[in-house]
Amino acid sequence: MSRPRILIPIALGTNRDNDLADAFRLAGGDPETVPIADLRNGVRRMSDYQILAVPGGFSYGDALGAGRLLGLDLMGWFGDQLRTAVDAGKPIFGVCNGFQALVRTGLLPGDDAPAGTATLAENQSGRFECRWVSMAPSPASVWTAELTESLRCPVAHGEGQFVAANLQTLTERDGVVLRYEGGGYPHNPNGSAGDVAGVTDATGLVLGLMPHPENHIHQWQDPLRGRAPSGNCLPLFEAGIRAA
Amino acid sequence: MERAQLFELPVDGLSRFRLVHLRGELGSDDLARVATTFCCDPVHGWWEMVDAPGQATPTQGQRQIETGLRPGVTDREGAELVRAANEAGLSVDAATIGTRWIVAGELSEYQLEQLAARVLHNEVIERWAKGQLQPSFVGSLSGSPDTSTIAVRGLDADGLAKVNALRRLGLDPQEMQVISDHFTDLDRDPSDAELETLAQTWSEHCAHKTFRAHITVTEPDGSTTEVDGLLKSYLRAATDTIDAPWVRSAFVDNAGIVQFDDEWDIALKAETHNHPSALEPFGGSNTGVGGVVRDILGVSAKPISVSDILCFGPEDVEPRELPEGVLHPKRIREGVVAGVGDYGNKIGVPNIAGAIVHDPRYTTTPLVFAGCIGLLPNGSNPTNAAPGDAIVVLGGAVGRDGVGGATFSSQTMGAETADVAGSSVQIGDPIVEKGLIDVVLQARDEKLYTAITDCGAGGLSSAVGEMAETLGARVDLATVPLKYAGLAPWEVWLSEAQERMVLAAPDPAPLLELAKRWSVDAAVIGTFTGDGRLTVVDGEDTVIDIDCAFLHDGRPKRRMKATVVADRPRPRLDSFRVGDPVGDLLKLLSHPSIRSNEDVVRTFDHEIMGGTVVRPYGGPHGDGPADGTTQIPPGTTSGRAMTVGIGVNALMGELDSYAMAWHVIDEAVRNAVLGGADPDQLSLLDNFAWGKPTNPETLGQIVAACRACHDAALHFNAPFVSGKDSLYNEFVRPDGSADPVAPTLVITAVGLVDNPAVVPLTGVVRPGNDVWLVGSESGSLGGSHYETIRRDLVAGGAGPVAQPNTDALVTHRAVAALIGAGQVESGHDIAEGGLAVAAAEWAFAGRIGLQLDASVISGDPHVLFGEGSTRYLLEVAPENAASMEAVPGAQKIGVTTATDTVVIGPVSLSLADIESAYRGHIQ
Repeated sequence: MSRPRILIPIALGTNRDNDLADAFRLAGGDPETVPIADLRNGVRRMSDYQILAVPGGFSYGDALGAGRLLGLDLMGWFGDQLRTAVDAGKPIFGVCNGFQALVRTGLLPGDDAPAGTATLAENQSGRFECRWVSMAPSPASVWTAELTESLRCPVAHGEGQFVAANLQTLTERDGVVLRYEGGGYPHNPNGSAGDVAGVTDATGLVLGLMPHPENHIHQWQDPLRGRAPSGNCLPLFEAGIRAA
Repeated sequence: MERAQLFELPVDGLSRFRLVHLRGELGSDDLARVATTFCCDPVHGWWEMVDAPGQATPTQGQRQIETGLRPGVTDREGAELVRAANEAGLSVDAATIGTRWIVAGELSEYQLEQLAARVLHNEVIERWAKGQLQPSFVGSLSGSPDTSTIAVRGLDADGLAKVNALRRLGLDPQEMQVISDHFTDLDRDPSDAELETLAQTWSEHCAHKTFRAHITVTEPDGSTTEVDGLLKSYLRAATDTIDAPWVRSAFVDNAGIVQFDDEWDIALKAETHNHPSALEPFGGSNTGVGGVVRDILGVSAKPISVSDILCFGPEDVEPRELPEGVLHPKRIREGVVAGVGDYGNKIGVPNIAGAIVHDPRYTTTPLVFAGCIGLLPNGSNPTNAAPGDAIVVLGGAVGRDGVGGATFSSQTMGAETADVAGSSVQIGDPIVEKGLIDVVLQARDEKLYTAITDCGAGGLSSAVGEMAETLGARVDLATVPLKYAGLAPWEVWLSEAQERMVLAAPDPAPLLELAKRWSVDAAVIGTFTGDGRLTVVDGEDTVIDIDCAFLHDGRPKRRMKATVVADRPRPRLDSFRVGDPVGDLLKLLSHPSIRSNEDVVRTFDHEIMGGTVVRPYGGPHGDGPADGTTQIPPGTTSGRAMTVGIGVNALMGELDSYAMAWHVIDEAVRNAVLGGADPDQLSLLDNFAWGKPTNPETLGQIVAACRACHDAALHFNAPFVSGKDSLYNEFVRPDGSADPVAPTLVITAVGLVDNPAVVPLTGVVRPGNDVWLVGSESGSLGGSHYETIRRDLVAGGAGPVAQPNTDALVTHRAVAALIGAGQVESGHDIAEGGLAVAAAEWAFAGRIGLQLDASVISGDPHVLFGEGSTRYLLEVAPENAASMEAVPGAQKIGVTTATDTVVIGPVSLSLADIESAYRGHIQ
């Protein structure tokens, strides 16, 4: 089987693009980081890729709200291609700032909630938080369908509190596929209601999450190595590759 | 609110609203679109027009203050709003973001003004008004756009001193004289731009005049020694003598470069950003990180980690005791921490190492040290610019930001500094710098340039000036991209933009094309000529025409006097009553320089790039302090890691600068060893922060510290590869008295880790292991943290400072060998607070009890709390006892236990007691 191609778009201020590319590469994919200008002027097109993965960072310096301008860029320059990709069953992944941008586009939480009814608000602590968290998966997304164990990885964000008008609907259709484990701060680092760490759309193809699974793909990255089991996140990326 | 209470202002309520000022052809539908599409959060945001009554209108008894950025201060939100609105077809031609505060409370007009001036805004970058503030859109400035000539010929010393003071040149009298003589020979007066360029190039900041000066040193015994440059005689001399094979470049470029493995080199640099941080803490530390990251990029390396060592006054200082012009330490700390985090997080470089020190001698002169490490393929930094190469400027456009940064940071500060030097401080723009990194690294790999340097203090003047030192250059200022019109040519030439690099490119076209693809601005501004002259024109007008040799070598060598003071007699207190060792230990664990900084560290991204192996806080709960922090550089494949150890001490330097310098070097080495370093392949960075070196005793302390750096570097066989001195850290009070800073030397040791898998864990790992003490069981109390909490008992001092351990390397090697053999499960450095503090932190970090033998650990405070060098606590399995016995000076002092009790000789306390002392201040 050929290695699926993964499009990783980068805007000014995107900064976890290489980390994300490393994870997809290790999982067996062929990632390419592409300046968003190349999407705009058609040098690169989504039709040439099997997966879209929107990376973390501070696109446009978080000006006017985290992920807002990147979301507008994606819809404005790239919206048709995005919709076509979803219709064609291509997996889409958004992490941290990428998750924030996907929520701004309306792709997440998905068609049962129009754009503008969900957001990632400032952390309840009022500050940027960088710490490791544990997440319990549930199977409603192609990305998490086969996960049986908790995932552990760092968060690094100031605006990660998931707020959705339709949280109940979302919960009922199992749209919340990753939840922080441990109960309360700091295990839930941003105060998201229902410990929401990651959500999927109704198709299960689109996954967005605040933590950074791309930073736990090697055993030596785990701060608990030598003390406890690991919760390596590579299976998440392998699942996406398999679904492509 | 909290800060208002600090100033005893009767504020009952404070609400904050975001103001978005727009200029453009916008109908009411357009305004609504701008507001809903770009300005408010779709779920919980709302908006209203600023002049219509609404939620943000003060009611009876409330007052309104508005604040906004000064024109020309970096306003990324405003700029992005314009860009995005234009993309969406809305004709917004300018935008700026401000804040409206609605204040409730019985405040007098004066108190309201105090609230605005001291709490709600920062004078340096913001403006405020009662009621509505007129927005200042960046348009054009009024000002003098012409080059003027400054008369310096024929002036006597007084006349030259006046010119020096008027333009805040910060030059010495003899330097002014040399400039006057030079232009007399040329039969003309200098232009303002020429004079400013000379002042920048010859500033303490750029020329390190003190560290290059000829110094006559009066020794403690009254004899004199001639020192021909501290840098040359001590720091570089040590590096030259050691001649380490892994050093590729030391002291010559923006950063030192050492070999990492067969494929990669690492670039090392540590900087200070003290003066700006005192005035505008956020902007000062923000641009401090930006500056050091740019230094690394200036040797073509990819920045892969940053570090920060922060020194503040006590947080409980009475606000009314602060001299005018000094911000409260709490506010400085808050702003500095936010500034460090903002830059590092946004630029996407992990912040892996640091320290926070509190001392009263940092109240008026806080210190901010920022370090950066970069990665580059072996030997890939080109330094071969040739005549005919284009001069390309990459990055942010030029504004009136940071004009005169280098001369400003080379002078002492006073109450008026904030007013005069306002334009010398800037807010960084990490997003632009992130773009710069992407462009430069790709350009390096495609070999699109032949030389590179960053625009730091001194702007284009120092960047182009340095690159043209041997070649000569011709620049046309009319081609430099500007933020706004109205800048005088000398301002364009001198402005210290944060996010700007200068490159030499034989063919600039592909470089410009690459920059465009990454949305980074770039322009060709001139050519390297080969004529040995620096020629700067502004269209038709000549602005600068000077000989590069005069610019770089014309400065007269400074001659200075230093006095090394003999150690003040401080008798060792052999037997004084130990009141309450448990109470003292808890007090030390909550000492502001010892207690946990986890709350700060968690606001810094230390995970990005995925290479972090040992984090600043570790252990099963991630809340125990690590020693050296360790990282596998992203993209490397040799399996090697690098580790960073930091040494800093605020207390010993005033008593014995020589001993202090040895101790902080030993501390940095210990931390690196515990991070897994091979002690035979260490590289060092030095950062000196002292007061006015024109005071002979102050310079004497610096001389002593430099001598210790030399001697210790030779002992450890660890070369200095880069360094930075920040002098004139003194606050001059209105009555003329000066507060000098605590003499501070920060040492960063960077080591190579051949096998990251065996690096000791943070915190005790399991019960039933042996605890070994390596090094002396007692330390000294003079200059210790114990001394600071027991002033009652030890008036007159707690004895002399510990003397350097000049036989340390053999111990560090032995510990490193055991670590390499995988026999050290965990370890902790004995430093601030001594053995008892180290044991308590270590046990808490691992949530494992300790039983340390009272026959070794007596109740003598020298044993419990004494400080000194080359001391470790190590956790080793009982079956490896034989190898421990071979370590010189190692003794088994106890065991790890499956309890939550920590017994340190006569002291016994619970893990919960330690936790509440060590991190009870963290919510």
